[in-house]
Amino acid sequence: MARVLLRVPTTAEKGSVIEIRALIQHVMETGYRPNAQGVVQARDIIWHFTCRYDGEVVFSAALSPAIAANPFIAFTTIATESGPISFTWEGDNGFAQTETRHITVT
Amino acid sequence: MNLTRRVLLSAPAALLLPTPTRADQQRLAAALQEFTGGAALREGRVRIEISPLVENGNAVPISVSVEAPMTAADHVRRIGVFNERNPQPNVITAQFSPRSGRAYVATHIRLATSQALVAVAEMSDGSFWSQRVEVVVTLAACIEG
Repeated sequence: MARVLLRVPTTAEKGSVIEIRALIQHVMETGYRPNAQGVVQARDIIWHFTCRYDGEVVFSAALSPAIAANPFIAFTTIATESGPISFTWEGDNGFAQTETRHITVT
Repeated sequence: MNLTRRVLLSAPAALLLPTPTRADQQRLAAALQEFTGGAALREGRVRIEISPLVENGNAVPISVSVEAPMTAADHVRRIGVFNERNPQPNVITAQFSPRSGRAYVATHIRLATSQALVAVAEMSDGSFWSQRVEVVVTLAACIEG
């Protein structure tokens, strides 16, 4: 499992806009870079990121090799109700990871 | 005589400026065309925030925001970021909805060399807006070894 850094508010006022920051440990190998032996290394990137709030997709992004290693994504969403916010990263070589945080909306 | 002097003085500045080839420009235009589906692309409403002088192209912070009320009737559907001179023109394509609250996305990107970046926003009414910025990179990302 790759290490993940998530910044999600634990509490929020109903209807307020919250900022979420997500970072995951990943090499994001571009597929253009030769290694020490001069052989081009196969592409190994995370190509999709999805954020679900209470099961509904509120943000998603398609990533390319132009995204830096350890992809960082920041975005906003509206705090609608208390519930789980889950984050899913999908990548090459069957990479898939999901993390969940809980938010309390008052 | 005057001409030589002018040419000499402008030489260092010319080294710093990106010099895109025709192929780069065509590739970027093709990527934009694919994103918009041939619709007209207008300047404005989109704001790219990126340092104009980048020391390390391996991880360049960038954020894109769009002026939009983000209501069900008027919101941003997608934001696409494209580059001119990396091996691939696409950088990131993000999907938004009225639940986003704001049309904003930030990430860290790789830049192979000094080049232009274009951010395009697709609105819910089907219009496309864009902004273009030129970025100077002093240390390139090791994208192509």
